[in-house]
Formats: sequence, structure tokens, C-alpha cells
Amino acid sequence: MNARFEYLLRLGDDALILGQQLGLWTGHGPVLEEDIALTNIGLDQIGQARAWLTMAGRAENAGRDEDALAFHRNPEEFRCAQLCQQANGHFGDTIARQFLFDAYAVPLHAALTKSNDDEIAAIARKSAKESAYHLRHSRVWMVRLGDGTEESHAKVQESLDRLLPYVGDLFVGDDVAEAAAREGWGVNPATLRDAWESELDDMLAESGLRRPEAVPEQIGGRRGIHTEKLSYLLAEMQVLPRTYPDAQW
Amino acid sequence: MVKRSADDWWELLQAVPDPEIPVLNVVEMGIVREVLPEPERLLIRITPTYMGCPAMDAIADDIRERLAEPASEEGLTTEVELVYAPAWTTDWLTEAAQAKLEAYGIAPPGKTSDKRALNGEAPAVRCPKCKSTETELVSLFGSTACKAHYRCTACAEPFDHFKCI
Repeated sequence: MNARFEYLLRLGDDALILGQQLGLWTGHGPVLEEDIALTNIGLDQIGQARAWLTMAGRAENAGRDEDALAFHRNPEEFRCAQLCQQANGHFGDTIARQFLFDAYAVPLHAALTKSNDDEIAAIARKSAKESAYHLRHSRVWMVRLGDGTEESHAKVQESLDRLLPYVGDLFVGDDVAEAAAREGWGVNPATLRDAWESELDDMLAESGLRRPEAVPEQIGGRRGIHTEKLSYLLAEMQVLPRTYPDAQW
Repeated sequence: MVKRSADDWWELLQAVPDPEIPVLNVVEMGIVREVLPEPERLLIRITPTYMGCPAMDAIADDIRERLAEPASEEGLTTEVELVYAPAWTTDWLTEAAQAKLEAYGIAPPGKTSDKRALNGEAPAVRCPKCKSTETELVSLFGSTACKAHYRCTACAEPFDHFKCI
């Protein structure tokens, strides 16, 4: 198994799928500022995805570039966390999904800046600035919705309850993760869980939201086991390049 | 024919405006990182302000277009390469560039040693129109990835603030 390829795919696919979903908010945001905010965050995610997938293609060494990896793989070949493929739902659903991801991305990017691979460290240093800004945005909204009206509180609590079981993939410490940490170019995401938990607790305390009761976590994204939603999402995202493989703008 | 030096190429690049903020050129923006005249090719290294900055392809095209003719005079092909390290920072905007931004109506970022903007504490952003610091953040995200949206409470003018990173 090519651990480096697998690891970079995980980074790239999380960003790609989240970015694609955020892009679907274009023209649908609850207010103009949030329409712009969500799509700007989506743009950052797509930018990060391009960098990671380009690197993944080189690590695989089979001639696949970022586009080949994004548009010509089937769902079971994707390595994104199941959290990233959960539906946009209403604004609170999207914000809760984003918060749960951002609280992981911030310590992830911080740790990757210490990679012994210069290119991984460079992409991480850039991404770290962006993810810090994203977390600031999603956290503000979790507090505003949680500490807002009775309706906003109830709705975002329900979002949190429903999404929390899907975070398990983010912290999977399997052989790929261990190889990354052992060889020094990556970080084992299992080591990021404490930082994530404390970010979550901090937000819960300020927003008045409560931690959902413990339920079994859904794990499988890193092995290509996904929820049904991913197939529909990819069908829409990939239809044009799959129908016209050499199409150019 | 006299061969152009790296400095000459840098000077030519100053004629390429940033597509989103045309008051600054790509050199002033800090997007052009290296200019390497080699025997057969002219290599230009550029770096994005933000990872997903959609203007990067347009900027690379603009640079190739601007340099194509002078480069071909010297028998060189122009190549533009995207690099991520070192990460772009607003510190690379010179004071002159910051002044141009303000005159254009965009509140400049200041120096990143002031990381308050990124860390959640509101920085003192000055209204580019009336120069009051009585301003408030409307949205963390503005018309492009590199800007946030502010409002002046003194003169009521809405304006963009170049995010400090």
C-alpha cells in the first residue's frame, strides 16, 4: 500500500467534498454576507484540495493529476470523512458541519506545518491561516444560533446531534496514519482529538448547546465506505468531465 | 541585442495589474516571487494570496501575455510556475502599495505583526473615505477571498478591508 498516496487523498478529498458542497450555497445563502462567506470558504477548500490532490497524484506516480483524481474516481475510491458528505441541509446544518470540521482542521494544519516534507509544510502553513479564519466564522455562528432564539437553538442542537456521530473518520489512527507520523511527513490524526474536544467544549459552554449523548460513531470514509449521499454528489460534480473527458473551457 | 537582466524583467512585470485590484500590479501585490532568466526560458514563480484564489490562472495568463514578445526577442519561452512556500503575507505589501489601496477605497491590512484580525479581536480599521476609526465589521468575508466587509459608523460608508494575514 502507498501510505503517502492514501494520506494525501484523505486530505484532498475532505477539502474537495466540503468545498463542492459549500459551492452549492451560491445564490442560496440566508443573507448576502453569508452567501459570500460560505462560497469563499468553499473556494479556500477547493484551493487546498487542488494542492493536496496534485501531490497525491505525484505520490501515486501513475500519471493522474488533480482533475483525474477529482473527476474520474468512483465513490468507493474516495477517502473523504463521512462528515464532509453530510447534506448541506439548512444554514444551521451547514454551520454545524463546518464547525466540527474546522475544529479539526486547525490543529491538523498546525501539526502539518512541522512536516519533514517541505511541500506538505508549505501547503499546511497557507491552509492554517485559512482554517483559523474559517473556525472563527463557524464558531461565531454556532454561538449566535445556540444562544439565539428558541427556534435557532433547537434547530442547531438538532444539527449537532445528527452530525456528531460522523466525526469519527477524522481521527482514525490506522496504519496509514501511523506510517505518516512514523516517517515524519504527516501527523496521526488520532492525536488531534483532545484539541478538537476542547474546542467543542469551549463552544458548547458559550453557546448554551449541550453535548449529544454518546452514540456509536460511523467510521469508514478512509476505507472508501461512504453514506449514500456521496454518490449523488459525485454524479453531479463529475457528469461533465465524464461525459466529455477532454472538454476544455 | 542587449540581454535583459532580471531587474529588467521585474520592471516589465510591473505593467501587469492585479485583475481584482487593478490599482496594484502583481509585483506590488507580492504575487511574483522569483524571476529567473535561464538560457532557454524565462521562469516566473508566483504564489497565491489564498489557496483557492480564482485569479491565479488569469494572472499567469496576463504575465505570459505581457512577456511573450520581449521574451521571444531573446529566444526565450516564458513559463509561469505556482509555488506555495513561503506563504503569502500582507507584510509583502509595501507602504506605497498600502497607500494606493486606501486611495482606491480599500482599507489596507496594516502589518501582520498585528494578528488581532485573525485571532478574533477586532483591529482598528480606518475608513478609507473619512479616515475615522469608528468602524464595524459587517462580515468576515468580502467581495474577494482576501477582503472582509466593514462599515464606517461615522460617515456610513460601507467598504472593503484587506484581511491581514
